[in-house]
Amino acid sequence: MKFGVLVFPGSNCDHDAYWVVSQVAQQPVTLLWHESQELENCDAIIVPGGFAYGDYLRTGAIARFAPVMDAVCKFAKSGGLVIGICNGFQILCESGLLPGALMRNVGLKYVCKPVQVRVENTDTPFTNSCRQGEVLTIPIGHMDGNYFCDQPTLEALKRDQRIVFRYCSSQGEITREANPNGSLENIAGICSEGRNVLGMMPHPERASERELGGTDGVKVFHSMVAALALR
Amino acid sequence: MSPVLSPAAITPEVVREHGLSPEEYEKIRQLLGREPTITELGIFSVMWSEHCSYKSSRVHLRRLPTRSRHVVQGPGENAGIIDIGDGWACAFKIESHNHPSFIEPFQGAATGVGGILRDIFTMGARPVAVMDSLRFGPITNRTGQSPVPTRSVPPQAEIHKNHSILEGVVSGIASYGNCFGVPNLGGETKFEDCYSRNPLVNAFALGLVRRENIYYAKASGEGNPVIYVGAKTGRDGIHGATMASEEFSETSEAKRPNVQVGDPFLEKLLLEACLEAMETGAVVGIQDMGAAGLTCSTCEMGARGHVGLEIELDRVPQRETGMSPYEIMLSESQERMLLVAAQGREQEVLRVFEKWGLDAVVVGRVINQDTMRVLQHGQVVAEIPNPALTDEAPVYARLMERWEPPVSRDMPEHIRLGEAEDLTPELHQLLASPNICSKRWVHEQYDSMVQVNTVEGPGGGDAGLIRVKGTKRALAMALDGNGRWCYLDPKLGAMHAVAESARNVACSGATPVAATNCLNFGNPEKPEIMWQFAQVIDGITRACEELEVPITGGNVSFYNETLGEAIYPTPVLGVVGILEDVDRAAWPHFREPGRSLLLLRGSEPGDLTDAQAEFGSSEYAQEVLGELWGFPPALELEKEAALQKCLAETIQAGVVESAHDVSEGGLAVTVAECCFRNGVGARLELAGNELPAECRLFGEDASQVVISCDQQQVRRIQQLAEKFGVAADLIGATIAGNLEIMVDGKTVVSAPVTELREAWATALERALHTETEERLVPAVIQKS
Repeated sequence: MKFGVLVFPGSNCDHDAYWVVSQVAQQPVTLLWHESQELENCDAIIVPGGFAYGDYLRTGAIARFAPVMDAVCKFAKSGGLVIGICNGFQILCESGLLPGALMRNVGLKYVCKPVQVRVENTDTPFTNSCRQGEVLTIPIGHMDGNYFCDQPTLEALKRDQRIVFRYCSSQGEITREANPNGSLENIAGICSEGRNVLGMMPHPERASERELGGTDGVKVFHSMVAALALR
Repeated sequence: MSPVLSPAAITPEVVREHGLSPEEYEKIRQLLGREPTITELGIFSVMWSEHCSYKSSRVHLRRLPTRSRHVVQGPGENAGIIDIGDGWACAFKIESHNHPSFIEPFQGAATGVGGILRDIFTMGARPVAVMDSLRFGPITNRTGQSPVPTRSVPPQAEIHKNHSILEGVVSGIASYGNCFGVPNLGGETKFEDCYSRNPLVNAFALGLVRRENIYYAKASGEGNPVIYVGAKTGRDGIHGATMASEEFSETSEAKRPNVQVGDPFLEKLLLEACLEAMETGAVVGIQDMGAAGLTCSTCEMGARGHVGLEIELDRVPQRETGMSPYEIMLSESQERMLLVAAQGREQEVLRVFEKWGLDAVVVGRVINQDTMRVLQHGQVVAEIPNPALTDEAPVYARLMERWEPPVSRDMPEHIRLGEAEDLTPELHQLLASPNICSKRWVHEQYDSMVQVNTVEGPGGGDAGLIRVKGTKRALAMALDGNGRWCYLDPKLGAMHAVAESARNVACSGATPVAATNCLNFGNPEKPEIMWQFAQVIDGITRACEELEVPITGGNVSFYNETLGEAIYPTPVLGVVGILEDVDRAAWPHFREPGRSLLLLRGSEPGDLTDAQAEFGSSEYAQEVLGELWGFPPALELEKEAALQKCLAETIQAGVVESAHDVSEGGLAVTVAECCFRNGVGARLELAGNELPAECRLFGEDASQVVISCDQQQVRRIQQLAEKFGVAADLIGATIAGNLEIMVDGKTVVSAPVTELREAWATALERALHTETEERLVPAVIQKS
């Protein structure tokens, strides 16, 4: 079982994901340069947070054309596990691996703080270690996390239970106050039809160690490890 | 300054426009033995500017203590370095970007962050934390209750201007640091009238490097190639350093083109590429191009190695066509570095930069002469002995004159203290005042968690705390300064700045080990300003010696004046401390009800006369009374040192549940702040000590820390404290939900913690009239 973390020019959470996979989840992991054509036999791909290509033009808009993304798209289409965190989520949307788009936060400012998200579906390779409806505390840090999609897409996401995380209160209620960026229906994370691709705005790698204040995020990585072990 | 960037001939007028005096020009002619070319004049003007040469401050800065067993590199390099154990060292420094931030707040602040980050990674260290010390003019028009307020009501237009400067500075810092990927651990945000037309933006950065991998900005080895890397050179920022060495006038807005424009994405690439290039072992020396750009790096790297650099400007990557040598040498385009590689190994270096998509060009070579030689089209356009620009730069022992602030030293007669029965409204008002209220609005715009090291981020503890991966250790850091106190007494105020930032570090459980300073002052050509400066240096020197935190570097910012009006003398201290075991970190927040509260106190409280005189420098006097008088609180440095040692020992003994130092707003505000995070209340039973209740609650006596502990530990802590000669008075206990304060048995404060927290948490947003998120969230959200 090997994880690969993509490195674009401007990625800045690549080393964080690498650290948590290697030191906390204790799995083999390698960094994959944006120009590489193949994924070095990795079993799961992490598209990390940051500002790939400076987020010029539009978040993720340039990164989707990186050579490595061709390989990631092929990998995803053949059922490989891909998780996009923050900027990674934006890149996956731009690449067409996930539907919808992430717009500027309604407050028009960058927001960095711990938020609560409710696990809406535990039947995914990313949440199988969570309880249905479990409230996780995981930090966000973004300027463009305001998820939007058209009505038919939203219907499909709901029908197929592809909304994986929603921003919620500490009691697990989906409220307007708990929504940090104006996302449609408090959406914080969604998965692909095949459930093998997940995009989420919160940073699970930032909530994976006790001394940094919480370990709810590590459940995402443990879930992936468990899912891969079953393959 | 002339709009013509490359004047044709040197006239007395041109010399003056370059900020050089006739005497200085004469010295240039003597050093060169001829008339300088216009390019050379430009080079001298930036290198001899106050900003680059420290010509007014150097004679005083020599007094600062700079050594200890921890210090690896003191002042004189791009950043100071200390040893933190296990083979790790940490590079850190603070620098001002005041002038550009007033003219263009967003880019001014952003490039301030960019500049200090380059100073850190130039030394081979990966930046792991930044902080900022920010000072603005008033953002509210409150002037207190006084019938004859000392403060005049600032005009609405000025308040709006201050709002926009604050917004611009904060978003500039956020945009740069967030994209670069370095956590911002906070710092301080303060408001005072004197910063209205002269905001202060002091940026601090800290990086980690293995001891054996430290790089220096020193050239060596005749024939070694000189490589230019990073962004292309444009016409931006020409004369930025000279601009920072002048007062502001009505025409300062016209200097906006002198402010550089930052690109944090490019800086991130530059960081990764530089660290990777250093790993090849082919880099001999490296320096960033900050103030004075190519000029400064070319001559300083040569000077440090007693060699020279010869560069050909035709090879310098340029963003625009037709740039003159004058413009290329003086450009302050951002995100550029100059490095010297080992001859024959330049390809290894160039390959790394190519991988990161950055320009990297061999522009010259090291020569065996202590001279900087600049060519264009093969013709020499400037040739100056390095010492002429560095060691021979003018040093002035400027005139000093003792100065008294135009305020009363005694409490004004119309002030009545000790008459109010209920001080709850005053506590409310203080908690909601701009200097004391929560700065969440500021720091939530900063990424405070990237790099997954943040143990305590902004707004949480007294200090920021990051762990050092692969060790048990953590590093604590805090910024502090109090301009108002330095205005009333520059020396004592400066001692407080050192003591307070070190105390903040100590409250996290860490031992303060070193410091960096940013010294913000008015025009040094005025004798009273120079006196303030000398006093501040004396104060910092004494406090740093006593508290054993040597200064490893920093920055001086003079000419913080607009229309002849100077800011308060404002030294800002950044103190770094080492916490041996991250699991032993302490936080300010009360954990649960039923705990005992102790006040650790280094010094004895003063008598009524002292208390009243000192009360005039407090936030209460400023915010509630609208007055300023008297002196800063007294400070006994030996007692402060004892307090900090005592704090370290009690925290390391694991008997302390929370620790928070008493600062702005006094004991009442301190205890309220401890209540907020966990919603735990407190009941204090204080002795009046024959002082007015206001002084007991809101007086800002130095060397005090509130700690909470299990009832069983009170005796043990008191015994420990006694060993250090520190008082540890039992002052109350934590309770559920309410904050109640009694003085001599009479309740003077009683309020639910939630109410106080609300006032404190939302004040800044309310002052800025920002739209609340709630109002902005579209109505598409449905219950599901």
